[in-house]
Amino acid sequence: MPTTLRNEAAIAGIGVTEFSKSSGVSELSLAAQCIKAACDDAGLDPSEVDGLVSYTLDSTDEIEVARAVGTGDLKLFSKINYGGGAAVGTILQAVMAVATGVAKHVVCWRAMNGRSGQRMGQGVSGNIVSSDLIHWSWYLPYGMLTPGSWIAMIANRYMRKYGATAEDLGRVAISQRNYAQTNKRSFFYGKPLTMEEYLASRIIAEPLRLYDFCQETDGGCAILITRRERARDLKQKPAVIRGVVQASTRGQEQMTSFYREELESLPEMELAARLVYEQSGLGPDDIDAACLYDAFTSEILMQLESFGFCGKGEGKDMVRDGALDIHGRLPNNTHGGLLSEGYIHGMNNIAEAARLIRGTSTNQPKSVHHVLVSSGVGVPTGAMVLGQD
Amino acid sequence: MSKPSRIKPALGKDNAWWWEQASQGVLAIQRCSSCKTLRHPPRPMCGACRSLEWDFVTASGKGRICSYTVLHHPQFPGYEYPLIIVLVDLEEGTRFTSQLVGCAPEDVDFDLPVEMVMHEDPDGFKLPVFKLAGAA
Ligand SMILES: [Zn+2]
Repeated sequence: MPTTLRNEAAIAGIGVTEFSKSSGVSELSLAAQCIKAACDDAGLDPSEVDGLVSYTLDSTDEIEVARAVGTGDLKLFSKINYGGGAAVGTILQAVMAVATGVAKHVVCWRAMNGRSGQRMGQGVSGNIVSSDLIHWSWYLPYGMLTPGSWIAMIANRYMRKYGATAEDLGRVAISQRNYAQTNKRSFFYGKPLTMEEYLASRIIAEPLRLYDFCQETDGGCAILITRRERARDLKQKPAVIRGVVQASTRGQEQMTSFYREELESLPEMELAARLVYEQSGLGPDDIDAACLYDAFTSEILMQLESFGFCGKGEGKDMVRDGALDIHGRLPNNTHGGLLSEGYIHGMNNIAEAARLIRGTSTNQPKSVHHVLVSSGVGVPTGAMVLGQD
Repeated sequence: MSKPSRIKPALGKDNAWWWEQASQGVLAIQRCSSCKTLRHPPRPMCGACRSLEWDFVTASGKGRICSYTVLHHPQFPGYEYPLIIVLVDLEEGTRFTSQLVGCAPEDVDFDLPVEMVMHEDPDGFKLPVFKLAGAA
């Protein structure tokens, strides 16, 4: 029995549906389609799937998916809380299951009519029936109802303290928009962004503008996890999971961790960094590319610091140096990310990380040995490092 | 038709007392009866000493702006835009999320001193908001 998850499991298949603003089909249909696609990608018959993991925010139950797709008997079914903070957490469930023999082939998925159905950007107004209603009640009466409003509070303080500017956020938006120009799945395919356009876009929640926000999207994305040895039998080059962790820390709230001594850093992401480097035996110098969670541009600057790619307050200097671009120190979100490809709650960033290991990104940097992926920012989160077999 | 009103807080065993104090004009801060640690938002147990016993102190209402954002979009019924949201470091040592009133968006800044005023909606709902110290 393994005593570490390091190198025990691999991503053997990735599957995506078309991304759009109006899918015209149910979220169950999107889920079934992306899961089937992930199995096809791996060359695995769906009847061999024996574990399913998703987000608590996903409207589709595992058993509905199992009947629709025709999976085998399920030995693992689990949902992870905290919105996009669940992304890598779903993979952790799968890795623990396959490493211990609980299940053999686990699919993690997120499928959402994120634009035509329930829109995350519309926040928590309306009929909330969740148990964290009391938490939100400290914010809703004041009109703080949207993810943008919560993230802006932290971003404003961070930018003021370290001198990060609107142009710095713009550099993140433009870098990822450039990547989207070769990726036909991207909402912004064929629509590059200039700094003038970025700066002229309307202010939503100061200091954040329209193009600092991700793209509400309809679509599904699934990731097939199995043991490393088993992945070698399947069709694709395995993306070996060197480390995968979840992280939540003191003073943690969902999006509104406003009561910590220091607001200009992401303690849960720093914890995720420490844990994932520890598990993988790697450090920031070993990471060649990244898919950092990017619901908002400001989150990228802060995470560069959390993961030790630069010192505190130096995220802006990295983006000014072009670090996130294809020939830069850390090509980031080479598919366009949540900002430009689409917002499938971070699952599509995991798919791109696997492509980077396979060497099949539409913006493939030279010699990628290790890729870092993170889950949602400002929420209980997680991180994963993928490597070559 | 009356104007739409703001979203009201859900009231449960752990927070209804606080809004009850607000309805009487008090900005309350929960205090552990055992180790005297102040805490906000309120919780049933003290994270420092695990005591379930608590009372509260009445905040002076004085503090400084720790951070802020000015909301422009999307615009929800029951709120006026641009809407200035502030994090206030209260002089007692806890932090409070609120609204800044009577201030132009271009005049809000970090570290400015602020004072609590109790706002009352047309429907009688009360909530603590802040104005710049010394402002009318
Ligand atoms: Zn105590």
